Amino acid sequence: MTDTAQLNTLASIPDERPTRPTSSWYALLKPYIGSPFNAVVTFACLWLIYRLVTGAWGWLVTRAILEGGPQTCKAAAGAGACWPFLAAKLRFMIFGFYPYDEHWRPAIAVLLFLGAMVYSMIPRFWSRRLLWLWLAVVVTCGVLMYGGLFGLSVVNTTNWGGLPLSFMLSSVGLAFGFVLGVLLALARSSKLPAIQVIAVVFIEMVRGVPLVSILFMASVMLPLFMPDGVTIDKLLRAQVAIIIFAGAYIAETVRGGLQAVPKGQHEAAASLGLGYWLSMRKIVLPQALKIVIPPLVNIFIGFFQDTTLVTIIGLLDFLDTVRSAMRDPVWQGIAVLEGYIFAALVYAVFSYGMGSYSRFIERRLKTDHSHGRH
Amino acid sequence: MATSDSSPVRLLYDVRVRAVLYQVVAVALVVGIGFYLFGTVSRKLADQNIATGFDYLSRPAGFVISQSFISYDSGNTYGRAILVGLLNTVWVSVFAVALSSVLGLVVGIARLSRNPLLSTLALLYVEALRNVPLLLYLFLWYALIVAVFPPVREAWQILPDVFLSNGGLIVPSLRWSSAHTGVLVAAVLGIVLACFIASAFRRKRVATGQGRMAWPYVLLALVIPPLLAMLVFQPDMVVNWPEKGRFRITGGLQVTPEFTALLVGLGLSASAGIAEIVRAGILSVGRGQWEAARAVGLHDRQTMRLVVLPQALRVIIPPLTSSYLSTFKNSSLAIAIGYPDLVMVSNTTMNQTGQAIEGIAIFMLVYLGMSITISMLMNWYNARVALVER
Repeated sequence: MTDTAQLNTLASIPDERPTRPTSSWYALLKPYIGSPFNAVVTFACLWLIYRLVTGAWGWLVTRAILEGGPQTCKAAAGAGACWPFLAAKLRFMIFGFYPYDEHWRPAIAVLLFLGAMVYSMIPRFWSRRLLWLWLAVVVTCGVLMYGGLFGLSVVNTTNWGGLPLSFMLSSVGLAFGFVLGVLLALARSSKLPAIQVIAVVFIEMVRGVPLVSILFMASVMLPLFMPDGVTIDKLLRAQVAIIIFAGAYIAETVRGGLQAVPKGQHEAAASLGLGYWLSMRKIVLPQALKIVIPPLVNIFIGFFQDTTLVTIIGLLDFLDTVRSAMRDPVWQGIAVLEGYIFAALVYAVFSYGMGSYSRFIERRLKTDHSHGRH
Repeated sequence: MATSDSSPVRLLYDVRVRAVLYQVVAVALVVGIGFYLFGTVSRKLADQNIATGFDYLSRPAGFVISQSFISYDSGNTYGRAILVGLLNTVWVSVFAVALSSVLGLVVGIARLSRNPLLSTLALLYVEALRNVPLLLYLFLWYALIVAVFPPVREAWQILPDVFLSNGGLIVPSLRWSSAHTGVLVAAVLGIVLACFIASAFRRKRVATGQGRMAWPYVLLALVIPPLLAMLVFQPDMVVNWPEKGRFRITGGLQVTPEFTALLVGLGLSASAGIAEIVRAGILSVGRGQWEAARAVGLHDRQTMRLVVLPQALRVIIPPLTSSYLSTFKNSSLAIAIGYPDLVMVSNTTMNQTGQAIEGIAIFMLVYLGMSITISMLMNWYNARVALVER
């Protein structure tokens, strides 16, 4: 008691006093109970943490139902988490309506994809060979998922779903969106007014409307745009919408990078006799893209999350298979939160991983530029 | 030599000629694609016997909307239904933006607290919200509301005449009339007037170093216009009391669970982004500013309010604008949990009339127009707070 009172009086003396008590207790406790206000904050935080931890622990572990079926969970009436639901529905949540006996195919495809992603995230392996690696991975994944070769049975895209679909929509969307975005950024910073106007109108129109509306447009209007006899599959339509949307956002980020490249670089390239495309490819873009890698990774995280919106136009992405599992008549109304919590955890792990990677790469690129332009 | 200079092939190597050529090709390409698409679409629509044009807007809609601020029933036109949807979109967006700004500011400052417990909690809050898709949170909040609160028949009566159930929160309301609208408009005008008076007094004080107290005038400006309007319009103060029946509650103002889930979802998710924006803004103010403020005798909270935040605003405003815009656009996720916003009403309209292109065109134009308006307003504000250089 007296200690606390003494600490409080000490803390009210200005910070930068030359003779400061150097007791280890004081140093340890000062950030927590340095002033009365701070002490209140500390106790409020402690109380909040206590409530959160005990509540979560009780629901997830002590009061949770670990074994049994729908009836056991129903009897518990939501007092604790119902883990049998997750165990029974896990494969459906991850793979959707993909034929049950063929689940190994999307599983291998996802592992291949994740492996390739981790491999290409390591700066040491950055080279032109990565493109070939990705080409091989994409072709292999496509063959595994669709089948029709090497004695694999054909699985139509209408049966694709779950996590593989989410990964596919976001990665293909971002790959093509990136190409579109770079072209749009170049067009927007071009000196030719007509091309600039076309790019500005496209970018601003796409950025001014929600993704939902572009998905709607793709799913309803795209079939009308096609010539007679050409039908385009629902999955492809959603994919086109995501590519367009991603392209517009990536274009704005890349434009920021293009503006950050000093004018002298353009002039130097021109004085060496390089034409527009050559100077862009060899001189300007490599520098511009390097600057925008961290914001690009953040855009990628956003788009990985935004692919959940395809649920709205009726595609079975991961979030939708989780919801379908919860609507299963056997489990309906019993496990109302478990599925969402599982899905949230999956999304959080991937997003957090990418976010940490973004911070890592930012630090690394900064050290590369130890004599930066700022 | 002279002949090769004027040959058409040589002309192609002229930079200016090329520039014109590229632009002509690009424009021709865009126009050509446009014409081609327009042609296919109109032919297909004619083949499928789908009407075109906006005539359908004046036909009766025939569907009900669970929440509307202007009088609406299923006999009203599609046009009015879409207007109801638009108002619902604006309503939820405004509340979500306000919620996210307040939470974002608090959490952003908490992130910078010297108390490790508080800053860690704030960090956890931000990470938990940023790393999980908004749509998932919307579903989760909605499921939580439905799971936690009792069914309507067993609604909790938390205060006299206030009911809480999974059908929403029901409170007594005024029976609204045009007279009430008049009073409301007068009150808003009074607030605007008060702002003007306050800023005029402040300007005078800054310019001359002396000035009278502003608050009596501000108070008068706040109170007098609504009082006058009351006397002029004489609105009826009839209260619409909620009435608990056997199966449902009638009367009163209902805050639906869809609205609540959308508001909480949009507000919380945006607040995480805003917290990071605020934090970056505050960090961008140099340490010297803090030290200088302390040297002239301001304490911590004054330093924050008078020295740091005004400077941080310059860094904060541009990203804040895009955060507000994305909150507004994200409100279109309402369709996933069934809140009758612009997109959901348009979707119902499109399903009934089959006129998809018009429906999509309407809501895209509305979003585009609103986005441009918001960003222009924020740019204007940004120009006001920007550093004025010589």
